[in-house]
Amino acid sequence: MAEVIAIPSSFGKATTRSAAERHESRTGWLLSMPAIVLLFMFILVPVAAVILMSFTDYELGYTGFKWVGFDNYADLVTNRTFRRSLWNTTVYTAIVAPVSIFMALGLAMLIESEGIGRSFFRTAYFLPVASLLVAMATVWQYLFHPTIGPVNALLRLADIEGPNWLGASSYVLYGLSIIGVWQSVGFNLVLFLAGLTAIPRELYAAAHVDGARSAFDRFRLVTWPMLGPTTLFVTTISVINAVKVFETVKTLTEGGPNKASEVLLFTIYQEGFVYLRVGYASAMTVVFLIILVILMFLQYRIQDRQVHYT
Amino acid sequence: MSALSLRGIHKSFSANQILKGVSLDAGENEFIALVGPSGCGKSTLLRILAGLESADGGEIVVGDRDLSPVPAADRNIAMVFQSYALYPHLTAAQNIAVPLVMRNLTRLQRLPLVGPLMPGQRKAIANIKREVRDMAASLKIDHLIDRKPGQMSGGQRQRVALGRAMVRRPAVFLMDEPLSNLDANLRVHARGEIVELHRRAGVPTIYVTHDQAEALSMADRVAVMIGGSLLQLASPQVIYDDPQHVEVAKFIGQPRINLFASQAAPDGTVAFGDIRLRSAEKLTPGTPVTIGIRPEFVAVNRNGQHGLPARIDRVEFLGSEIILYCRLDAIGETVIAKLSPAEGTGLAVGMSVRLEFAPDRLFVFAENGRRLPSFPMSADVALETANG
Repeated sequence: MAEVIAIPSSFGKATTRSAAERHESRTGWLLSMPAIVLLFMFILVPVAAVILMSFTDYELGYTGFKWVGFDNYADLVTNRTFRRSLWNTTVYTAIVAPVSIFMALGLAMLIESEGIGRSFFRTAYFLPVASLLVAMATVWQYLFHPTIGPVNALLRLADIEGPNWLGASSYVLYGLSIIGVWQSVGFNLVLFLAGLTAIPRELYAAAHVDGARSAFDRFRLVTWPMLGPTTLFVTTISVINAVKVFETVKTLTEGGPNKASEVLLFTIYQEGFVYLRVGYASAMTVVFLIILVILMFLQYRIQDRQVHYT
Repeated sequence: MSALSLRGIHKSFSANQILKGVSLDAGENEFIALVGPSGCGKSTLLRILAGLESADGGEIVVGDRDLSPVPAADRNIAMVFQSYALYPHLTAAQNIAVPLVMRNLTRLQRLPLVGPLMPGQRKAIANIKREVRDMAASLKIDHLIDRKPGQMSGGQRQRVALGRAMVRRPAVFLMDEPLSNLDANLRVHARGEIVELHRRAGVPTIYVTHDQAEALSMADRVAVMIGGSLLQLASPQVIYDDPQHVEVAKFIGQPRINLFASQAAPDGTVAFGDIRLRSAEKLTPGTPVTIGIRPEFVAVNRNGQHGLPARIDRVEFLGSEIILYCRLDAIGETVIAKLSPAEGTGLAVGMSVRLEFAPDRLFVFAENGRRLPSFPMSADVALETANG
């Protein structure tokens, strides 16, 4: 930043920088210092610390530690719990992210097309976002209860014997996914609503005049492409949030039954704060970070070029 | 036989009456400019015509068909929007192709992945491509065809918008202030181009604008809309020389027409200085009227005895003409006079002059704004009437 301001490009060689330019450059650095310090203190140094710790066998409460090189990582590859939690996180994300994105888009379009009650619906759908998930987990535990829960009571009305949503290892991930969708739809919906209001009305008028008869035609011609930047952002946020699932697992299932709901963050938490193996947990965290970075990078590379039109 | 007619179009938004029964006929090939101040309902009328709004009452007839119940997509009416409303994610060629794709391909043929499997799709697309290329060539935008709207200038976008509207050979062509986003130079140039395009396309065109210069210079007939009513529909010259309503006279003409409040004299005539005007309708004495005269028919008399004494308040030099703002000594009203530079040399603020008005160019308007046909009486006849 400071360099950009300080170096005027049209004047001679950089070797003959005048005193005024040097002064300006110094001021520039000085002004950016607080931001630089904060960035290092709170983001870069902690990340570096985690990476360093992942090469040690440090355990909380012990005084010394040994450098173990890539041992922790080698261990991870064969660790069945870790592999299980990686897989579970993938499944959970593959359900929650797309469902919550498309549901939010559909709801946002319904709300947008309805003149009255728009702010009511917006608030109603946003409530789960604002509420504490840990507190709401109790409610979900009741809703999903295999015998007294309303969900299965409803299913029974249709003569379907509902599963034990949070207690059966083959269903627990789906149960958690439903809660995940419930929680993130509202947030995505508000973002989509903002994106929808930003679309110029004249484009829809033009689409009508141009012969886009059906709502689907107008959606494909105007809404979907114009929502591109919003969708990119919503997708990014949804994927990150899904990969970071933790509260519901911790409060409702503790990773069970039989590790069927072990997810990344929960495994890291167990290693670091229950078994206190900080070095090992750090290695997991690094893997977790790498996964997130790769996802974001891919998303921006693939989508960014297609959604910004100027 | 008119190609397009509107009959008694009404429209209200809640309690707000926007259109109060507008009727209008456009002939084959006719270019009609719909002009009026902002908020007069001209854009609403255009949107109703396009099918983007529905009227509360009235008929829209194109050919012999009442289009009122037909949705916009099926009306075959093209429209150019003020903001151009180009699809920003599509290239110029794709933008122009949209109306053809929507009409010439079936729903299945338009689908991604499935579309190319449908019979006839390839041939239809080849046809569309050819038509788009021809359209681009005729608008001289072939070099822009792969650019997106974000990479084009205002004038280029406007051409793409015109191309998109014309490519499907519509039955009626609507334009909603298409030049208002261009800079002044380009605007004058684009006027000529649009008129030329209209001539080539040969379909009735309704052109909405708030710029009277555009309306007068481009249109075959000008429709002046004020406050939701169509006050006059006539050729530009008639609109200017023979306004049928005081609002029309006020709106058209730059600088503005001079208007003076007056009332009918005891003999039923209207007096203005030493000019007497007789109305075709008998006016009861004391009826309030408005007298109007355009600035170019006010002559400035420097030292003669004729005319009304006035003082010059302001002089505007505009190159080809001079605009004079004078205050009448007798009633304190400001009169605007338009002079040629030759007539205006030597006139300065503060000078006392006499203003002469061309008697046959005076308009008389009734209190409700309607024009009262009137003619000047020669001095002796006037005297006679006054005495007898």
